[in-house]
Amino acid sequence: MSKSAYEIDQNQKKIERYVVVAWVDNEAGVLARVSGLFSGRGYNIESLAVSEVDHDRKISRITIATLGTQAVVKQIQAQVLKLVPVHKVNIYPINDETIFRELALVKFLGEGKVLETAKQICIDNKCQFLDKTSKSFIVQALGRRTEIDDFIKKIKVLGQVSISRTGALAMKKGSETVKDNKGQVL
Amino acid sequence: MGNQLTGAEIVFKALNDHGVECIFGYPGGAVLPLYDEISKQKKIKHFLVRHEQGAGHAAEGYARSSGKPGVVLVTSGPGATNMVTALTDAYMDSVPLVCITGQVPTHLIGTDAFQECDTTGITRPCTKHNWLVKDVNNLAEVMHKAFDVAMSGRPGPVLIDIPKDIQFQKGIYKSADEVQTKIIRPKVKVETTGIEKAVELITKSKKPIIYSGGGVINAGKKAADALTEFTRVTNFPITSTLQGLGAFPGSDPQFLGMLGMHGTYEANNAMHECDLMINVGARFDDRITGRVDAFSPNSKKIHIDIDPSSINKIVKVDIAIVGDCLTVLTDVLTTLKNKHSKFCNSNKENISNWWQQINKWRQKKSLSYKFDEKLIMPQYAVERLYELTKNQDAFITTEVGQHQMWAAQFYKFNKPNRWMTSGGLGTMGYGLPAAIGTQVANPGKLVVDIAGEASILMNIQEMSTAVQYKLPIKIFILNNQWMGMVRQWQELLHEKNYSESYTEALPDFVKLAEAYGAIGIRASNPKELDEKINEMIEVDRPVIFDCMVKKDENCFPMIPSGKPHNEMILGPEDEEGITEEGKVLV
Ligand SMILES: Cc1ncc(C[n+]2csc(CCOP(=O)(O)OP(=O)(O)O)c2C)c(N)n1
Ligand SMILES: [Mg+2]
Repeated sequence: MSKSAYEIDQNQKKIERYVVVAWVDNEAGVLARVSGLFSGRGYNIESLAVSEVDHDRKISRITIATLGTQAVVKQIQAQVLKLVPVHKVNIYPINDETIFRELALVKFLGEGKVLETAKQICIDNKCQFLDKTSKSFIVQALGRRTEIDDFIKKIKVLGQVSISRTGALAMKKGSETVKDNKGQVL
Repeated sequence: MGNQLTGAEIVFKALNDHGVECIFGYPGGAVLPLYDEISKQKKIKHFLVRHEQGAGHAAEGYARSSGKPGVVLVTSGPGATNMVTALTDAYMDSVPLVCITGQVPTHLIGTDAFQECDTTGITRPCTKHNWLVKDVNNLAEVMHKAFDVAMSGRPGPVLIDIPKDIQFQKGIYKSADEVQTKIIRPKVKVETTGIEKAVELITKSKKPIIYSGGGVINAGKKAADALTEFTRVTNFPITSTLQGLGAFPGSDPQFLGMLGMHGTYEANNAMHECDLMINVGARFDDRITGRVDAFSPNSKKIHIDIDPSSINKIVKVDIAIVGDCLTVLTDVLTTLKNKHSKFCNSNKENISNWWQQINKWRQKKSLSYKFDEKLIMPQYAVERLYELTKNQDAFITTEVGQHQMWAAQFYKFNKPNRWMTSGGLGTMGYGLPAAIGTQVANPGKLVVDIAGEASILMNIQEMSTAVQYKLPIKIFILNNQWMGMVRQWQELLHEKNYSESYTEALPDFVKLAEAYGAIGIRASNPKELDEKINEMIEVDRPVIFDCMVKKDENCFPMIPSGKPHNEMILGPEDEEGITEEGKVLV
């Protein structure tokens, strides 16, 4: 048998986490267009973060963590790029070349010794205290997804917690930047 | 502020600026200011349909037969929701439509007002883009962008939702030149190295095939000419998807017929056995590939497509060239002629074994059927229709079902834009309104909708439109009294459980035609067929032709879902071999 396009190496079939970053016009419905494309085509959204990043140009940056094979993620990139208000789409595999950050607010409820133990865990995990009462505290945890997962696991066993988390943010290391069609940094 | 126009005036000024000559529409409360404007002007002709879906398909027929965008105008709420099928159809088949919908006044949006619906929300997945215009000063810009988006790149439908108060308000008109529409493209550059590599594969191939699709038609007449020249220069065999028919002359010996689920034996086997596949403007649709992991296992694949998201979506290819078919084919031809003139002169020899093999497959005569003395065979009806109309540049539309496949198999298209059929969505009820739009775009030409008796009832009300505007379309019904394609699947895949696929009560189509003010003709035996078809062609009025055909004929060849190309069913003799796995596929 001669070489065919079907001899895809196994790497391409591996399901992995990727972060999709899209720079879009901040206009009504744009998030629905992007998220609707994901649900309509059966792509997965693990987390999503979106906010305007340039008020003058009215540009928002949407960051979506997704699971898929390399081929699926490439297809996601091509499909998202077809949307009219989308300027650029980048894909970041989870590796050392990219910085990833998530943030969690954790309210812990407890008293006495338990409260103190929980606080110590927070201190060990370099969390920032935002609020304290005799029965509770609120901390902010910052880090990669897995770090925050680990921290939450530890504190959750001690008492009741209320958690609010952001989606992942991603930025490529080094001086390289992404530019729009006019050459301006995005 | 001298030059202020109302929103409704802005809409019509923009339509004029974009050369729009006609629109298909239906009035209602939320578009009355726009309808006021229609009656005040003469340049744009409005065609009043009988159902908004009809307006959508009519605009599709207009667009596909003329290469210009189709424009529709409908009211809010039910007017908009009735358009959803046509928008989805246009989206799947890459047809440029500009749909204008009325909306409740801005201050009522979100209050569940009368005939309010979230039109942009509902149509987001079935348009290339849509806009809700909340400021009259943005209206002109949105109109220009709408035409740009609909026509650029891979064409498709767009929608502009205009609240009623915006249609009344006054604002400033900006011309298309004053509006920057170009910023939205191109986002992807054409890869030029692909051309060199592609040409190298082309010159080396021993078993090549060209597989062309609707993208060539969308790229215009010149692209079809370039494809024809490329095919002639290389002497390669060529097959086409349903949507690509007519880009290369269907009566040419280099044409192997349509490929895919109901394609010819030679086309599908050549696809399976080739060593080089050149996909020009097609998208590896599942009707084409059959079982993907057994699709053309030994070939290198070149894919030319204007839509980057089509590349490697279904089938992984070796060389992808993103660009307009005309540009890419012209580049390929130039490179071939300049650098490989020897190849151009000698290639007939190089691939003569391959042509011998193809001719062996051709001997199977996979489209043959048993002629019947007493009953009209549906294939025979299309064959006769072709023979009797082939000299007059006819335009053919279809509904969806067996008749559609027989039309594709037996009617030969020698020019692009002559064949309008709903492929991606497979919309029954498409053909009659599409014929109306086609006739509007091509006055004086013969336009025939090859129909099924079930499909035609889905938009039969548009006969009234055809009569009103004296559009002499011909509805040629292959009346088998069954939803034939459904019956065929039930026979082959569902143990002959003919559940709800027979229409117990059908109208008398001749009387129905007469009731609409059209002409009704019936043929029920092969001997009278030619005479009746000629009668149909002769009359300069809309006709419903009730062609009573054999009831239980199946459409062959057929690749059952889940089977590769080389496992086709050629006829009733080899109907075994359909797997349980294949049954769950559509
Ligand atoms: C709107 C719509 N509903 C249902 C179907 C499913 N369907 C495909 S073919 C077909 C039967 C068509 O019957 P007819 O128009 O008589 O054509 P025939 O197959 O008999 O030639 C049906 C119901 C469809 N394609 N479109
Ligand atoms: Mg039928």
